[in-house]
Amino acid sequence: MFDPVFIKVLLGTLLLAASSSVVGAFSFLKGESLVGDAIAHALLPGVVLAFIIGDGRNPFALIFGALLAGLTAHYGISYLEQRTKLKGDTAISLVLSTFFGFGIMLLSAVQRTGHGQQAGLERFLLGKAAAITLSDLYVFAALALLLLASVALFYKGFQLMTFNEDFAAAIGLPIQWIRFVFTVLTVLAVTVGIQSVGVVLMAALLITPAAAARSWTSSLRLMLVLSAAFAATSAVLGTVVSASLPKMPTGPWIVLALGGIAFVSLLFAPENGWLSRRKRAKGNQLKTQRENLLKLLYGAEEREGRTVAMTSETIVGIRRQHLDGLHKTLRSLKKEYLLVEREDGFALTEKGRTEGRRVVRLHRLWELYLTERLGMAADHIHPQAETMEHIITPEIEALIVKELGNPELDPHQSPIPYEED
Amino acid sequence: MSPTLAIALTASFTAVSCALLGTFLVLRKMTMVGDAISHAVLPGIAVAYWLSQSRASLWMFLGAAAVGVFATVVIEVLRKKLKVQSDASIGMTFTTLFALGVILITFWSDSVDLDQQCVLYGEIAYVPFNTWSTGALNMGPIALWSSGLLLIAVLLYIFIGYKGLKMSSFNEDYAAVLGIGVVAWNLSLMAMVSLATVVSFESVGAILVVALLVVPAATAYLMVDKLSHLLIGAGIIALLASIGGYGCSRLLDTSIAGTITTLLGVQFLIVLAYHQLIQKQQQHAVA
Repeated sequence: MFDPVFIKVLLGTLLLAASSSVVGAFSFLKGESLVGDAIAHALLPGVVLAFIIGDGRNPFALIFGALLAGLTAHYGISYLEQRTKLKGDTAISLVLSTFFGFGIMLLSAVQRTGHGQQAGLERFLLGKAAAITLSDLYVFAALALLLLASVALFYKGFQLMTFNEDFAAAIGLPIQWIRFVFTVLTVLAVTVGIQSVGVVLMAALLITPAAAARSWTSSLRLMLVLSAAFAATSAVLGTVVSASLPKMPTGPWIVLALGGIAFVSLLFAPENGWLSRRKRAKGNQLKTQRENLLKLLYGAEEREGRTVAMTSETIVGIRRQHLDGLHKTLRSLKKEYLLVEREDGFALTEKGRTEGRRVVRLHRLWELYLTERLGMAADHIHPQAETMEHIITPEIEALIVKELGNPELDPHQSPIPYEED
Repeated sequence: MSPTLAIALTASFTAVSCALLGTFLVLRKMTMVGDAISHAVLPGIAVAYWLSQSRASLWMFLGAAAVGVFATVVIEVLRKKLKVQSDASIGMTFTTLFALGVILITFWSDSVDLDQQCVLYGEIAYVPFNTWSTGALNMGPIALWSSGLLLIAVLLYIFIGYKGLKMSSFNEDYAAVLGIGVVAWNLSLMAMVSLATVVSFESVGAILVVALLVVPAATAYLMVDKLSHLLIGAGIIALLASIGGYGCSRLLDTSIAGTITTLLGVQFLIVLAYHQLIQKQQQHAVA
């Protein structure tokens, strides 16, 4: 397994995957993921022209031709998007497909045969990692270095270009130039990346690592590092699998590995993964229901001036909520000794009463804040307070109390219940 | 039937079918989904081909249509449930499915006479030689039949579903209020696009199908606004490009599909130039 060819392929794909994923992370965040895909396809006519002019395998002619085609395509997409009524997606797919078709026509004209084109096209379309040579490796390493250096050098500019172009322009950054540099880098990464995974799968190297990394972190720096790491891992996996199976192409395995990583990340990542978002939502839901129940009991006690017990049927009658959900809420409250179950139903403990009082207090404070400070009408404030009472932290509560000067009554003339201590 | 006529007819049928379906994709801002589907059907084709051991079988069409719909659903799930932005979910889905397709085809390459090339770029020049027959009667090229049937299917689909497609393309919420099954129209449209993609593979290949789907509709979109005019305009543009492209390719001795696409691009550029000129004059007149 560790023969020189394998090592070369491994190093080559590693460098390519890692460097293109860093570029891809920026376009992902800009919401321009598919532009990279379009550029990859659009390179074909440039590459064919370079092939004619450069007389075969002159790498500089190749890169120059690709750069020219890639920049033209990129310009074409932005022109159509900004100057015509065509939408972004149409502009992208239009440029992608017509450039590619034109490339195929050129190719067939060069080769003057109906089907000879297919041999030349294969490397372009699906890549041929196995054909990576030592001199290719030098080119890849140089490119990776160039990309990393540019990202380090233009980090601030790229960051602003990605998140807030208007702001970048307003503080006097040459945003046009930064965007140009970024486009050139994208085209370079795509040009070289195509050699190992091909046109079709190039989009995966640009997009998938970024999407996977995004679900782990919200920090740009960390996201760039993670994207590169995911891409590199997939490159290793893909190379190993394709080396151990006969006749297996490397590119598709890299992409499949990336797909797997992305799938796992999107589902299970602690920051933005589906599972943790769902768990958070569930947790919030339970918290809200618990607080609403305590508020209900506290309100009843306030009205009647004594301890009140309610059966779950009574509560369902008032709150119109599902009985199963209510039992779950009641169980969780009982477990923490906020409620006790008596013969005539559930009643607040002292701890539960304090908590219910807190929710009612926040509700009334927020209602008062809305009328006093934001000038809202008293009959419009209840729904907002229903939401905010679950969100306001003790620190914000203290600020509101101070801001309103320790108020006694809410807008509906109900007392605001403070802790008696 | 002469080979020339067979190729010209197949190209026209395919181009017009794609252009009609593509009009709805352009209106729905879903052209990249069409692009994605044209790549994503590869595993469906591979599996169906492996199971049925024949090309151009009903299984192959069904398999491709199923995977096309599957891809659409995956894109939606990524977008809505997993909160991936829509362009990235499209890109992730089609590249992964395409990679899976290439791997499957390589796995079965000994037992299956199917390679990536014939899927990625078909060769319409071979259409006349691939014929079928019932008994002693030669029925002519298979691709001619399948593309003809495709055109009939597309015309029927649009004729029957005109109102639903129209409403759900222009205003999804309003359509839903009127009780039009927005999701059903969406999925059925994607199934039709998948079908068109597979039928076109033989002649133009996966990547150029996108050109047929998008470019005629986009060209028409620059000129007219009304849906019926858009459909007719896209159809005419596709027809002109396929006949003209075929003629040019014979003159220049170039790839037929590539030349058709190039001609589509040239038509678009001409219309775009005219459109921008008119607009400039109008602005001038106003000022």
